Amino acid sequence: MTRALEASGLTRRVRAKRGAFGRTATVHALEDVSFALDAGRTLAVVGESGSGKSTLARIVALVDAPTEGALDIAGGRIDFADAAALRRRRAGVQMVFQNPYGSLNPRLTIARALAEPLDVAGVGDSASRRAAAADMMAKVGLSPEHAGRHPHMFSGGQRQRIAIARALMLRPKLLVLDEPVSALDVSIRAQILNLLADLRREFGLAYLFVSHDLSVVRHVADDVLVLYLGRIAEIGPREAIFGRPMHPYTRALLSATPRVEAADRARREPLRGEPPSPLDPPSGCAFHPRCPLATARCTAERPRLEEKRGRLVACHEA
Amino acid sequence: MALLDVRGLTVEFATRAGPFRAVEGVDVTVDAGETLAIVGESGSGKSVAMLAVMGLLPWNAKVTAERIEFDGRDLRALSPRERRALVGKDLAMIFQEPMSALNPCFTVGFQIAEALSAHGAARGAEARKRAVALLAEVGIPEPEARARAFPHQMSGGMCQRAMIAMAIALRPKLLIADEPTTALDVTVQAQILDLLKRLRAETGMALVLVTHDMGVVAETADRVVVQYAGRRAEGNAAAALFAAPRHPYTAALLDALPERATGERLAAIPGAVPGPSEPRLPCAFAPRCPRAQDVCRTQAPPRASTGGEGYVHCHFPLPAPAGERAA
Repeated sequence: MTRALEASGLTRRVRAKRGAFGRTATVHALEDVSFALDAGRTLAVVGESGSGKSTLARIVALVDAPTEGALDIAGGRIDFADAAALRRRRAGVQMVFQNPYGSLNPRLTIARALAEPLDVAGVGDSASRRAAAADMMAKVGLSPEHAGRHPHMFSGGQRQRIAIARALMLRPKLLVLDEPVSALDVSIRAQILNLLADLRREFGLAYLFVSHDLSVVRHVADDVLVLYLGRIAEIGPREAIFGRPMHPYTRALLSATPRVEAADRARREPLRGEPPSPLDPPSGCAFHPRCPLATARCTAERPRLEEKRGRLVACHEA
Repeated sequence: MALLDVRGLTVEFATRAGPFRAVEGVDVTVDAGETLAIVGESGSGKSVAMLAVMGLLPWNAKVTAERIEFDGRDLRALSPRERRALVGKDLAMIFQEPMSALNPCFTVGFQIAEALSAHGAARGAEARKRAVALLAEVGIPEPEARARAFPHQMSGGMCQRAMIAMAIALRPKLLIADEPTTALDVTVQAQILDLLKRLRAETGMALVLVTHDMGVVAETADRVVVQYAGRRAEGNAAAALFAAPRHPYTAALLDALPERATGERLAAIPGAVPGPSEPRLPCAFAPRCPRAQDVCRTQAPPRASTGGEGYVHCHFPLPAPAGERAA
């Protein structure tokens, strides 16, 4: 199996001012995140707001550069300092955003919106670009008469189909999906998730699937990465993470997810409080102020990511 | 007698393209101490129906109904002054975006105290003291300090707690929560839902929960009303509805949930909810319905009882499970 993506020690720190006149402080948006993703597989990234999900997605999509760490995509190291090379590599990674209303240019027809990535990358002539756009529209379930219409004439689900088609125009090997179905209605969500599964098989794509909805993640993911305050809490195969979560944060996330089936409902392990600010993360294990298992050791010493029962988990007590 | 009794509610908006019916013939009844969930996708009219009850719709909305009664009073007959005395006191509402529902120019404590003084319950230092006590009641740590904070200094979960504190300040008989946790993280969502459940148990208030999240419904509601494109589809006790949905739309919604998936593919519902400008068939779900026949496109579906308090609006409802048919 070919490796689509390998990240080692990805870190992003941002200098930010606290208030208009405040001192500058360092935001630890992402700290030492390593993982690998093979072609044809889906890695889901879960966590609360402020956990660094979107920061990770933006680095993998080559939008932001990491402060430290290395990123290999399709077997080649990414050099974030070389702007021209970076632009060429971006064709291999594309992104689909949460809000399909905000991610399409309202003034372009669908055919032009789909041909635009090919224009930018300088692929083919205008006739072949049009043909490629028509071809891709059929693949995502849009009919040919939609080609001349503008985005405002489409429903949210159809717009997300267009956004996915657009992301696939340059035939990337890796798609970064940032909450791709969160803004959609339940009945439309299932259509889009089915489409993504079909496209993954057809094009041999790898997905980095960022989501806060654990019932969706359980359905789509092969592997799951749980982020807390910029660090990996737990990472491993879906069966391990959902079947026997070991990090207390993973367990809390799972038990907080409302379930339709009464039999599936885990006993609530309610989390107290809210995620702390990444401006000054707690000492030791960042989760210790909210953790039911925390001991004195957790406040002093940060747990290392260690292999336990078929997954990596960062917890002294697990 | 029901606390809130709405029959045949219809809301029509005057738009440039002509009148648009956002809600058509909807019934909502809530008993004291009960939790009713109104479920539907976008465009189902679930929020508009509740805004109509609260009297919060804009001028271009026309509300008609056979009956809108709250606590034995006809809400349509109230003067604006009488309505202002009722809304915020016995009848309160919280919204989806807590950040934008609070006034950014005033501290949270001031805004809660304002709710108390507007209804003459307390004023000045007494109102401020009670605002702090309310913040403590909804589980905000350091309530004294938080009362002096502005909305932008608090997280979404904190703001939603502050909104709830304001809504329950005068011990309402009914709290309408419109997607109260949609903008929040799951861990915070669980906290807010537990808080609403606790307040309901402690104060005996009734709760109307407007949501699209079936999981939230299953875990909190006693009774469920399902709406589609502004119309009633099905209503029943929550346990009965989840065990044996009778309307094809309810069944399809439940089957589309990832947690009910059997294989890699989900049971998606084809098509999309009709938009405001699209014509609606007598049964609005007919174009997407696997059971639809010609009659669904020509005649409005009849209401049929499904036993107990259950009802369904459908020409061809799903059969009841075998055990219940004899009963």
